[in-house]
Amino acid sequence: MLYLLPLAFLGVFYLYPLLSIFDISLRPAGTLDLSAFARLFLSDTYLRTLLFTFYQALLSTAVTLLLALPCAYIFVRYRFPGKSLLLSLATLPFVLPTVVVALAFSALLGARGLVNDLLRALFTLDYSPLQLERTLAIIIIAHVFYNFAIALRIITAYWAALGTEAEEAASCLGADWRALWRDIRLPLIRPALLSAGSLVFIFNFTSFGVVLLLGGIRFATLEVQIYYQAVNIFNLPLAAALSIAQILSMLSLMVIYTSGQKKLQLSLRRGGASARLPRRRREKLMVFSCVSLMALFLFTPLLALVARSLFAGGAISFDGYRALAERSRGSLLFIPPVAAIGNSLRFALLSMLAALPLGLISAYMIHRQQRLARLFDPLFMLPLATSAVTLGFGFIVALDEAPLNLRASVYIIPIAHTLVALPFVIRSILPSLRAIPRALGESAQVLGATPWHVFTSLDLPLLAPSLVVGATFAFTVSMGEFGASLFVAQRESVTIPVVIYRLFGHPGFAPYQQALAMCVVLMLVCAAGFLLIERLRGVGGGEF
Amino acid sequence: MITRILCAALLVLTLQLGAFAQEQDTVVIITHDSFAMSEAILAGFEAESGLTVQILRAGDAGQMLSQAILSKNNPLGDLLYGVDNTFLSRALAAEIFTPYESPLLPLLRPELLPEADFMVTPVDFGDVCLNYDIAWFEDAGLSPPDSFAALADEAYRGLLALQNPATSSPGLAFLLATIAEFGDEGEYTWLDYWAELRENDALVAEGWTDAYYGHFTVGSRGLGDRPLVVSYASSPPAEVLFSEDPEAGAVTAAITADGMCFRQVEYVGVLAGAANEAGARQFLDFMLGQAFQEELPTNMFVFPAREDSALHPIFAEYAQVPALPASLEPARIEQNREVWIQAWAEVMLS
Repeated sequence: MLYLLPLAFLGVFYLYPLLSIFDISLRPAGTLDLSAFARLFLSDTYLRTLLFTFYQALLSTAVTLLLALPCAYIFVRYRFPGKSLLLSLATLPFVLPTVVVALAFSALLGARGLVNDLLRALFTLDYSPLQLERTLAIIIIAHVFYNFAIALRIITAYWAALGTEAEEAASCLGADWRALWRDIRLPLIRPALLSAGSLVFIFNFTSFGVVLLLGGIRFATLEVQIYYQAVNIFNLPLAAALSIAQILSMLSLMVIYTSGQKKLQLSLRRGGASARLPRRRREKLMVFSCVSLMALFLFTPLLALVARSLFAGGAISFDGYRALAERSRGSLLFIPPVAAIGNSLRFALLSMLAALPLGLISAYMIHRQQRLARLFDPLFMLPLATSAVTLGFGFIVALDEAPLNLRASVYIIPIAHTLVALPFVIRSILPSLRAIPRALGESAQVLGATPWHVFTSLDLPLLAPSLVVGATFAFTVSMGEFGASLFVAQRESVTIPVVIYRLFGHPGFAPYQQALAMCVVLMLVCAAGFLLIERLRGVGGGEF
Repeated sequence: MITRILCAALLVLTLQLGAFAQEQDTVVIITHDSFAMSEAILAGFEAESGLTVQILRAGDAGQMLSQAILSKNNPLGDLLYGVDNTFLSRALAAEIFTPYESPLLPLLRPELLPEADFMVTPVDFGDVCLNYDIAWFEDAGLSPPDSFAALADEAYRGLLALQNPATSSPGLAFLLATIAEFGDEGEYTWLDYWAELRENDALVAEGWTDAYYGHFTVGSRGLGDRPLVVSYASSPPAEVLFSEDPEAGAVTAAITADGMCFRQVEYVGVLAGAANEAGARQFLDFMLGQAFQEELPTNMFVFPAREDSALHPIFAEYAQVPALPASLEPARIEQNREVWIQAWAEVMLS
């Protein structure tokens, strides 16, 4: 019965709008016209785009997982000061608008960026040795920068709750480190690896801003093509055909992925394997290099932003920040930018509160109903694989009559955010849920515990770390305003990213400073949010 | 039990959200993300007319128009503001407007009035022109290019940043200006010109923000290396207005030579099937009123359509309005947009 809730949500706010817009696009005169699909195959442009989209997403995902895996190991095995703070802050890049990340990257890695300045000074060169602008490499780097935290956090939350018996036994039997990774660790964390990998892949697959801004026009993903056809050319049939191609390729991938998942008999334990302080020199070195590499890679671009927001004409200035409290020129949109913080927080909280229970129920449904899972598991991932323009148009044509006249209501914002946040919550919870020994719940029920009791005192504490990760991403997705273009009333809908885009939309020194200051505020608000969410873990009590 | 409570709660919530009844004394304006006006002036209109104004925004001008067309059988609002001459033809073909002849029309610049049977009314215009870094050109002992032909000269190699016309509105406007200049027939067409620009290492950025703040020497505070950028004629005064020291004067200037700028005119129109057509007309007249018109430059960085509007002093001093901007028929733009952009991409990417 409870399962109907997420299904209804998905049906009303995703499938119905999506099918409505496809219907209008492909049946403009009342009869089905599929000639747009033929166009996909007539020129090799679209096939090339599809292949490139796959290629860059695959490459980005592989690099992300490869880097996140050793870091996850260190986070699981060792205890060190600032660990949980670092884990939280690693999520920060995820919230930043792509325009801002592009700016931070060129401040660091551009031809006139910091790294090139350093290299030039060090080796007394008269040219910039690092030429990354407009290459595939910088697209991959930016994707890893964005998605590193997804992989790290999902893997860590799951892995930390697994026991170490198998590993200890294998070590006793003389397995070397290669055998340990190949035969014990990788098979054990496979579910989390796949879960994180699929999320990261979809995210890169639908990448828009990063590819355009950093890669230049030479590189275009399907998402870019869909936007161009739907908005600039207004060729709805072709846009619909491209959207369907995008969704189908993701769907086929997801089906392969879900049916390839093996049943694993694992035992998730409260508290799980306890992390310890690094003892030997080698261990200390490992922890140190992981932490410093992470800090270098994830935080220097963020610090570059902070620095640029503070420098004005060679001196330190807080003007950008001061101006945030003012309503510039009494303009309607320029509500004092601080008011946007309240709006952003409200939407993020609503999205989180909706996505958590819905995601939890969905995860249970996917876990318990083995047969339905094959269908529903990929289904819940789809909103993430659907182009924002398509979904936004769907809202306009579908949600236009009472009782669902939501297309111009502010509530459409948290609804859209919840759709995108749901896959994150589900993918965070699912690996842990699958690892809860079934016997535990069964014996509790034999002893007279109600299902509710089993859920609150058995499952919930075991799921707590994964829930925290899911909540963090739901919060972040909404704060970063991943969403369709929506018709919403001006005042209530001005969020932090909207203010940043607006400020970056016209020339002048003051808007530039304020936009950067607003980015820093966005990061601070998110960091504060992460720390609060982290405290909710108290429910679980476990340390990891 | 819990299920039932949750379902009931969901139902109540849905119904409440759905009860978004349109009141007769509300007028709903649909516009793009760049819309801005001052709160005081809006409050003045609301007090005088007794109407409550609701402003809906949806992405850029293209997204807004697409959504307005999709919802034309059940319009989201009463008035649509922000369709420009590059999109006008599409809006008219979709028949989303109902005609209204404002009594204030005679006060507007006659050259802005479209041949459209009063379906839309011009509110403002802005010219997409090259901007240059004054200090950079002084240091280099170079004078900025004064024609498109000069721009393709070796002297300006690697200096220009522009936007992708497929995704950016000024990018498209600049492309249209070159098409108006070189035409698409004869021995030398606009495509040949772009091949020269490409040879001359013109940098194509994704959008205005990327070009101006990422690559333009002034906007990027030293990160970029392009002293020439495609922007607006209103950008130099905006730079002065928002600089640390407005007294110091202009750091950038627009090149407004004949035919080198493309004029974008923004229109407003009453939506067919509007719930509050009378209110929409009232707001349209208000947009042509002196109070709204005179604050257009500082709010949206465009120039008033009214001939008798006084400009903000900084705009009066630093804004250059091109005497002879390039122009193309809106119908021709709509007809050829895809072909032109495709051909452009082939030249620039091959």
